[in-house]
Amino acid sequence: MTTDAIQLDTETLERERRELERSWSSRPGLLGWLSDTDHKSVGKRYIVTALVFFLLGGIEAALMRIQLARPENALLDPDRYNQIFTMHGTTMMFLFAVPILTAAGLYLVPLMIGTRNIAFPRLNLYGYYVYLIGGCLLYAGLLVNQAPDAGWFSYVPLAGPEYSLGKRIDIYAQTVTFTEISALITSVEIIVTVFKQRAPGMSLNRMPLFVWAQLVTGFMVMFAMPWVAVATQFLAADRLVDTRLFDPSAGGEPLLWQHLFWFFGHPEVYIIFVPALGFISSIVETFARRPIFGYPVMVLSLVITGFLSFGLWVHHMFVTGIPQLSESFFSAMSMMIAIPTGVQIFCWIATLWAGRPRFRVPLLFALGFVVVFIIGGFTGVMVASVPYDIQVHDTYFVVAHLHYVLLGGAVFPLFGAFYFWWPKVTGRMLSERLGRWHFWLFVIGVNLTFFPMHQLGLAGMPRRIYTYLPETGWGTLNLVATIGAMTIAASVAVFLVNLMWSLSEGAPAGDDPWEAPTLEWATTSPPPPYNFHLCPTVQGRSPLWQRPADQPVVSGLRTDMREILVTTMLDAEPDSRMRLPEPSVWPLIAAIATGVTFIVLIFTPWGLPLGAVLLTGAFVGWGWPRGKDQRLQRSEERRR
Amino acid sequence: MIQFPGAHSAHDPAGPQAVLVHRLGDLLYAIATVVFVLVVTALLIALFRRRAGEAVDDPARERGMATVVAIAAGATVATLVAVLLLSFGTGRRLTATPPPGALQIRVTGHQWWWEAEYRDASPDRWATTANEIHVPVGRPVTLELQAGDVIHSFWVPNLGVKRDMIPGQATSIWFQADRPGVYRGQCAEFCGPQHAKMGFLVVAEPQAQFAAWLERQRDSARTPADSLTRRGREVFLASSCAMCHTVGGTPAGGRLGPNLTHVAGRRTIAAGTLPNVRGHLAGWIIDPQQIKPGAHMPASAIEPDDLRAILAYLESLR
Repeated sequence: MTTDAIQLDTETLERERRELERSWSSRPGLLGWLSDTDHKSVGKRYIVTALVFFLLGGIEAALMRIQLARPENALLDPDRYNQIFTMHGTTMMFLFAVPILTAAGLYLVPLMIGTRNIAFPRLNLYGYYVYLIGGCLLYAGLLVNQAPDAGWFSYVPLAGPEYSLGKRIDIYAQTVTFTEISALITSVEIIVTVFKQRAPGMSLNRMPLFVWAQLVTGFMVMFAMPWVAVATQFLAADRLVDTRLFDPSAGGEPLLWQHLFWFFGHPEVYIIFVPALGFISSIVETFARRPIFGYPVMVLSLVITGFLSFGLWVHHMFVTGIPQLSESFFSAMSMMIAIPTGVQIFCWIATLWAGRPRFRVPLLFALGFVVVFIIGGFTGVMVASVPYDIQVHDTYFVVAHLHYVLLGGAVFPLFGAFYFWWPKVTGRMLSERLGRWHFWLFVIGVNLTFFPMHQLGLAGMPRRIYTYLPETGWGTLNLVATIGAMTIAASVAVFLVNLMWSLSEGAPAGDDPWEAPTLEWATTSPPPPYNFHLCPTVQGRSPLWQRPADQPVVSGLRTDMREILVTTMLDAEPDSRMRLPEPSVWPLIAAIATGVTFIVLIFTPWGLPLGAVLLTGAFVGWGWPRGKDQRLQRSEERRR
Repeated sequence: MIQFPGAHSAHDPAGPQAVLVHRLGDLLYAIATVVFVLVVTALLIALFRRRAGEAVDDPARERGMATVVAIAAGATVATLVAVLLLSFGTGRRLTATPPPGALQIRVTGHQWWWEAEYRDASPDRWATTANEIHVPVGRPVTLELQAGDVIHSFWVPNLGVKRDMIPGQATSIWFQADRPGVYRGQCAEFCGPQHAKMGFLVVAEPQAQFAAWLERQRDSARTPADSLTRRGREVFLASSCAMCHTVGGTPAGGRLGPNLTHVAGRRTIAAGTLPNVRGHLAGWIIDPQQIKPGAHMPASAIEPDDLRAILAYLESLR
């Protein structure tokens, strides 16, 4: 457990490696696959699942754009359209953006901080299954014509029992609950892993900015998500057992829903945005070939963004008639949050200025992020102004704004991150050529789709309309937007082709194809189940750029079981060793029990006692002491 | 005269508040454009400047960059504070108490139409209409907004007014039309299947014309003058129409749908969706679901003769 240099002969190393391989590999067979608790497997499953939902949400977007391409189009009737736009928002926010951005953290954070697995690996697997069940529930609803149809923020009373019959909104409420559970679990995983498992020497002020971004996101999730879980459970209760929390005729309050929802919903936007900032910092640093300029300022900006994001929610409610004094406060906060983001953009520009930029695809996406995102930032300042918001609130101007912010602020960085880390995950490079096609089509598509929407909003087009009259004159710009959407579809198709091509044809990546500074590039691509043969130590912020010849490694960890090094929170000094649990199928069983509980709760309150029984059983089984497994026992006997 | 669908653009302000917001918007665009150009230029220079033989970590340059970043951050803060103060200033003028002598109108949002009530000290002079709000030019109008079912949002782009109508919560806003004209408004908050076709018109006219219009709205419906309209009224009162619609001065007193006492005087039907002409009116009565799927008005199986009579009756309700 010391970090002192000791002599290691090749034979011992090889024996250790084989032992590590045995201890950390997942078990064989289907059951082994289902119980695999490796953070990389779970992370990859999250990412693949979220990508599938991204494509489904994209198909929904395309359907909407086709419907709106000309006035009085009859492709979708209002009932279908309203389901589809609600599915698009719900899918993109709850099933795509948050899961994929935090899953990038699940995959990368342990590698970046030089540990073997994430904290609580079984809980992590449980979180994934809960998310998967939630997503499947929503789409099962769509198949039986029970997809939610009141918008992704489902305002009451429209979403209440009186105006939304059937089970559509109940499915929405429970889907959201599932994804909240999974997001909360991910946040706990990341926070604990970052605080307690960093490589010796990686004090907090040496942590990669990506890890900082994930840490800040973890805390934001922890404080924001419970509110929407409360809100959706209130809604479910109103609908199932007639609690009337939101029913004004019984003393309930429709605005309560809006407060609860947006108290989650605005931090949510930053929960999506902050991890993306982490991607950009990693990419800019690597492709400018120098450390990020102003590291302490960057860290502070991330933290401040996290705090400020909780003080903005009322700007979604500027036209509800709340008092002017509170509007002014939230207006000021909404503008001030532009400051930390602006400072980060300045620091990236400075980094590129002083560095020697290499124009590879990941950097292109980072640059695309800056340009597209700041347009969304400007319209963000506009909608933060109460008087201006009165005119554009709930119009296509807002649709333009939020897509500039979310596509610019999250999807551009995400695509950049794909090109950047794909070689690490798969061991193969993506095609630069296809990547450039993907990038340019995407830039053109995004601007062609969303820029005209600013004008449409000012020309009087409200959000969420399934059609419009020819006399309104909105036809031309809508057609342009539809052509843009098709361009985006083409760019995503190029991206998918690139992924498929790379899996079979891509050039082998090697350990560190980009000459990047952080620890994930110190191991093989793809990394072995135990991540690092010899766990690294760190002496600065860019460990792979300052690798001294006599860089110590961690030794003394047991290789015959899943043991990790626990370090102190601030300075990452070695503290203790800890055994991580073996793979288990109980997370799957517990997730199924959770799923049954919430799905039964859609139909009857008896889901509650049923769930209590099922979940008690599942968690008792999960935690039941099993003694040492036989393999470990044999190994211990050998040692004696 | 059919003015359909009415002006609907925030770029063409027709009232004092809309002018203020428009001016603020122009200023914000100007600022955004300047900042965008500055940032993108800085980015392009950073990427493509010549860097022959430079050291990557020249301490003098690092210090220089720190200064520049600090100045840029300071400029960002200053700009945002300026924008915030401008925005507060505009906001104060928008929400200032309306000048005295404002006209009071109560507007209620329903799924998917608008009810407008012009109240008066004596209740027999109240006037109720739907989907078309007449206002005098140059006089402030105070709206008392409420919702009949779910949340709607009252929005007229040219007049710069938008306010959510939330069940259980009455709010009030005021506006003023400085130019005569027909301005289209539309529901801005998603309110169910026919949110898209929930429009209305604000008709701004000179005071005298407005006063005459309001006087007419206070009257009961005209008595049928010929046999066809008389028959139309009989059919109307005997069929399901009367269950949801009011025609002043007749037994028809339903309040689920728009008040039809002076329906023929309105420019549009189906909440700003169709011009009020005979063909559209007939199509709407026979099968509203064709025009607004999900609307609460059911289709009617009416004999052609009866339909002609009803149309004649409705067209007589000036």
